[in-house]
Amino acid sequence: MATGKSFLGRFGVHLAVLVFVVIWTIPTLGILVSSLRDKDQIVASGWWNSVVSSSQTEAGRLPPASAQVEKDGKFFLEGNIFGDGPVRSISAFGVRSAAPTQYEAGVVADLGEGVTLQLNADGSFAMASPKAFEGERGQRVYFASSAPPRFTTENYETVLFSEGIGRSFMNSLTVTIPATVIPILIAAFAAYALAWMRFPGRALLIAVIIGLLVVPLQMSLIPLLKLYNGVGVFFGVPVKTYLGIWLAHTGFGLPFAIYLLRSYIAGLPREVMESARIDGASDFEIFVKIVLPLSFPVLASFAIFQFLWVWNDLLVAMVFLGTEADQIVLTAKLNALLGSRGGDWEILTTSAFITIIVPLIVFFSLQRYFVRGLLAGSVKGG
Amino acid sequence: MAAQIFSAIFVILVGVGGCVAYFWGANKLLDIVFPSRGVTGAAAVDNLRRQGFIRPWLFVGPALLILTVYLIYPVVETLRLSFMDRGGTGFVGFANYEWALGDREFRNSILNNVLWLAVVPAACTFLGLVIAVLTDRIWWGTIAKSLIFLPLAISFVGASVIWKFIYEYRGDGQVQIGILNAIVQFFGGAPQVWISIPFWNNFFLMIILIWIQTGFAMVILSSALRGIPEETLEAAVIDGANPFQIFWKIMIPQIWGTIAVVWTTITILVLKVFDIVLTMTNGQWNSQVLANLMFDWMFRGGGDFGRGATIAIVIMIAVVPIMIWNIRQANRETGGH
Repeated sequence: MATGKSFLGRFGVHLAVLVFVVIWTIPTLGILVSSLRDKDQIVASGWWNSVVSSSQTEAGRLPPASAQVEKDGKFFLEGNIFGDGPVRSISAFGVRSAAPTQYEAGVVADLGEGVTLQLNADGSFAMASPKAFEGERGQRVYFASSAPPRFTTENYETVLFSEGIGRSFMNSLTVTIPATVIPILIAAFAAYALAWMRFPGRALLIAVIIGLLVVPLQMSLIPLLKLYNGVGVFFGVPVKTYLGIWLAHTGFGLPFAIYLLRSYIAGLPREVMESARIDGASDFEIFVKIVLPLSFPVLASFAIFQFLWVWNDLLVAMVFLGTEADQIVLTAKLNALLGSRGGDWEILTTSAFITIIVPLIVFFSLQRYFVRGLLAGSVKGG
Repeated sequence: MAAQIFSAIFVILVGVGGCVAYFWGANKLLDIVFPSRGVTGAAAVDNLRRQGFIRPWLFVGPALLILTVYLIYPVVETLRLSFMDRGGTGFVGFANYEWALGDREFRNSILNNVLWLAVVPAACTFLGLVIAVLTDRIWWGTIAKSLIFLPLAISFVGASVIWKFIYEYRGDGQVQIGILNAIVQFFGGAPQVWISIPFWNNFFLMIILIWIQTGFAMVILSSALRGIPEETLEAAVIDGANPFQIFWKIMIPQIWGTIAVVWTTITILVLKVFDIVLTMTNGQWNSQVLANLMFDWMFRGGGDFGRGATIAIVIMIAVVPIMIWNIRQANRETGGH
């Protein structure tokens, strides 16, 4: 290739790709890192600062005058500014909001009129005055504190067991596995018939399937909702069932499945099938013993597609499944959490990461098949 | 939990098993009713012919049935419902379409959809092409491609949470935990509530889809680029063409067909975009799109099937040209047989 010969050109290409990779990776990295952080630290500092101590300026109040102790004619207030709360490390303190870090930690600050205040790094303080302290409200104190970075799996325990994400995970699997296997079976048989069997209406059927490839899901929702309601009322069965959503996903996935499998199966060598037929094998035997094993790569490609599509689907799940704990899938649960736990980023980031972990594993372990299917599905098709 | 796992496995076995049982049983039955083995002469030939006539339909039967119920019938029914009232019982003529034309939210959705259609496919294709060309010439290109491709595996809802975290807003002067506002604040700007700025919020939502789909465009285009014969590129180099000339005059024209495929695929996806808008804004702050508006009308106030169907038809109309083009293309490839 002509470019990239000069050092500068090559460097530029590396740099440009690096920039793209960073931009594309940072969003996912953000929720992964956040999901592993302490929930108080998530809101105290950006996740990109998670490995350094998160520092913040806080305000506290010393105990009221009633807690003072008199000793040698002087009055003292002592204790710890953090009380029973978690201990942070204090770097500086002050008594005016305009100068919250006026004194370094450990310094004895002169507050005027002989009053002194010492605040140590561990939060312990000592205030002394020649006169008795007065008033019901204690002295306001400002300080800069920092907490060491803390990573934990607590968030995962919380969402999996208390927020219902674990249950939804199971529901998603219950929806996804049959909704992946059923269309493969049905489509494989149909694809074989459309590729290798002669029957009237075959060409029309192929054209219809290619047409259906692009029909938006939205066209099906209302009639199917009505149909399901009608069936539910007529037979007195629940409207929202797993069987219902499997069939819906099967229907929506079938055009692509048949299209993808047909173009692959049609390309299998004719001689293999002819010789099997001469040996007296029926179409069913040819299909099961020859075509299915040979089609493994394309079956795997479609399986990955359908698995990802069903696992990641929100729309079909919202229309055909209930929102109770025994039916709500991960995507719908995540959507519900966005509404009910809007600002709780420890819940949201962790839940989001759990919903994407399965697709990511599938994707990375089977990327080869995924890419192959992608190419077969779109390049040939047009 | 254990009961759930058990019942899940049970229903999975029933569902998949039922499917296997049908195909195996139906074919077995055909072999029993019209045996071709164990009989001789004219009877065997007759039975083979009958089998040959029936068996294709056993194979395509289930697919045909499901396609009819889940796609073909609904298309016709949705068209019919778009001329009916909210319950789907009384004929109202073009009233739903007239309502749509006058509805502020519908017009806003159309406008936003046009915006999405203009920006997202173009951005994905362009970025995908650039990244494909760049990654093809470095040793760690495969790793880079994997990482850029990765968002394609993430659900739209998951991606929405990821980006909502990026757009997270805290008041001016506070510690920003959303990276975008942190960057803005670092450079001295004022943090913004990005997804509630009318008009511009559309672009912040589009970025999510572009982030997801660029990997798709990249993979397809990268493979097309590798399909360009080496000789044409070498000839161009010998003729003294510079890299940009090679890119624009040699590479682009050769992969034009693939670019069209990528473009139309993403276009169809954009027309159906729903999850991102629902989870990010639910159509507030003028960010409504057709697919979300339709979902809204399906359930709003008990559901208005007439209006919902009308919106679905509008989405369908936008898809029809692509559909016709696809069928023509396929017919040409298979030589019409």
